[in-house]
Amino acid sequence: MGSDPLFSHGVTLAVILIVLVKVVVAFAVLLVSVLLMIWFERKVLSDMQNRIGPNRAGPFGILQTLADGMKLFFKEDLIPESADRAVFKLAPYLSVVPAFLIFAIVPVGGVIHIFGHTTELQVADPPMGILFLLVMSSISVYGITLAGWGSGSKYPLLGSVRATAQMVSYEAAMGLSIAAVVLISGSLSTRDIVTSQVGTFLGFIPKWNLIRLGVVPFVIFLVAVTAEMNRPPFDLVEAESELVGGFHTEYSSLRFALFFLAEFMNTVTMSAVIVTLFFGGASGPVLFGPGWIWPILWFLIKTGVFLYFYVWVRAALPRLRYDQLMTLGWKVLIPASLAWFLIIAGMQVSSYLGFGIFVLVLILGWLLSRASEIGGLSDQFRHSRGRSAGTKGVK
Amino acid sequence: MIDLLATQIALPDLITFLIAGCAVILGALGVILMRNPVHSALSMVMTLFAIAVLFIEQDAQFLAAVQVIVYAGAIVVLFLFVIMLLGVDKKEYLGKDQLRGQRPLAFLSVLVIFVEIMALSRGNWVSGAKGTVLSTSSPLSNVEQLARSIFTTYLLPFEATSVLLIIAVVGAVVLVRRSDVKSSPAEEPEELQTESEMK
Repeated sequence: MGSDPLFSHGVTLAVILIVLVKVVVAFAVLLVSVLLMIWFERKVLSDMQNRIGPNRAGPFGILQTLADGMKLFFKEDLIPESADRAVFKLAPYLSVVPAFLIFAIVPVGGVIHIFGHTTELQVADPPMGILFLLVMSSISVYGITLAGWGSGSKYPLLGSVRATAQMVSYEAAMGLSIAAVVLISGSLSTRDIVTSQVGTFLGFIPKWNLIRLGVVPFVIFLVAVTAEMNRPPFDLVEAESELVGGFHTEYSSLRFALFFLAEFMNTVTMSAVIVTLFFGGASGPVLFGPGWIWPILWFLIKTGVFLYFYVWVRAALPRLRYDQLMTLGWKVLIPASLAWFLIIAGMQVSSYLGFGIFVLVLILGWLLSRASEIGGLSDQFRHSRGRSAGTKGVK
Repeated sequence: MIDLLATQIALPDLITFLIAGCAVILGALGVILMRNPVHSALSMVMTLFAIAVLFIEQDAQFLAAVQVIVYAGAIVVLFLFVIMLLGVDKKEYLGKDQLRGQRPLAFLSVLVIFVEIMALSRGNWVSGAKGTVLSTSSPLSNVEQLARSIFTTYLLPFEATSVLLIIAVVGAVVLVRRSDVKSSPAEEPEELQTESEMK
């Protein structure tokens, strides 16, 4: 049952109750945080675009999301005639459920003692740990893919074909940068990943994985995760200027609300996962007062920074073109994460080997980029020759 | 009968096994009985996911995760991708065989494979060892035990498999990029499929 000390003395009624309470609290907090996140995103975006944003419902428009949710709830639930009914109904749940479940493995605080039991402040700490994130993100691909296909309509299908290729490609880079974290932490468990980051270099630089791994895996993970959850600038899945609304064009009412919920919940959970993997998660100095509250506070502050970062990126960056997206994924992120993984593995053995591999990687990388450049040139040559000769079919 | 089983296995394990086992069989039946290729692919996901649940019940956490990540997350997604892109998502007419004697031959080959699996599961001349049983009482976690076994005892087969996959990838790329082949819409998905095999 994982390494939570709660289960070390067998499963009793009190233990089951504590688990239930943790699940309900995590569920409620996640829902409320999504409500706030949508409001926060709209407010910050409007500030950046020099307009007011939601300001009617509640103080500062903070209840706007609630009002929108109510509105969606009472709207007509349409199912297109050409839709595959079962698949169409199934898809939103396949999107939402993984988004909820990923949060279960995020440690939101330290270890607490409650009613004579010791427990970790996270819903589950399974031995497979961070692999659960990859499992769930590979399931959530189905939500978007099936939504597009099941709608029985042109634009959603295009959106979902894009989504499938995009999410499958970036999953590889994501997995490889997680592998670097696992390599240096020596454990898959998220709790162990956090505890391995406690401490400082030279007394003031925190021993975060961000610094211990070099910044490269973090950047790769950040980009891959942004692509994985289809946030701007990687939101080609629902590019409204090309695809109407992308995969959720045909969805209305509560089913649409579920997709919306899933997107923002993914933003919250993935920010939390980034904090856990690279920024020490729920760890930090205790300044004053009760010791158990500070890890939670540090966790919230760090996650908040990333939530702001995502809004900022959305406001600042234009959407990528599809071929740029694929080039970035396959030709930059995956080779870079593989090479960096090799370097880190070498550094684990000895710094000489690490630097040796570093030099080797630089030389090989240069050769590879040169080779792909020449390959691209010859492709262009063949292409132009094929066109001038009037033959089709040469790529 | 359930009482009899419950004396052998703990009740939670039994319930998990029964539910997951039913899901495996239902999914497998769905793959062959569904008329729509997309529904078949989804039934396959159900089977694969339920097998992952069975792995977890056996404390094989890593296998369970890999099962879902690789099979459900990459391979079946690419099946779906190809089905959607090629537009073969129509209901197929199954009344008549495409090749004469297709069905009896299919049954025959299934029988042969079944017998072969039965024979292989009894002997040990394929891997040289009669299965590696990881102990649940060991202080090392399941992942660590698995890693030790792969990277020490079975290092050579493991590396040979990776070379095999790379050969497959290179072969597929060479086949796809032959300049005398007329380009077809099938080109793109095939390329993607080979790339996923690298994982």
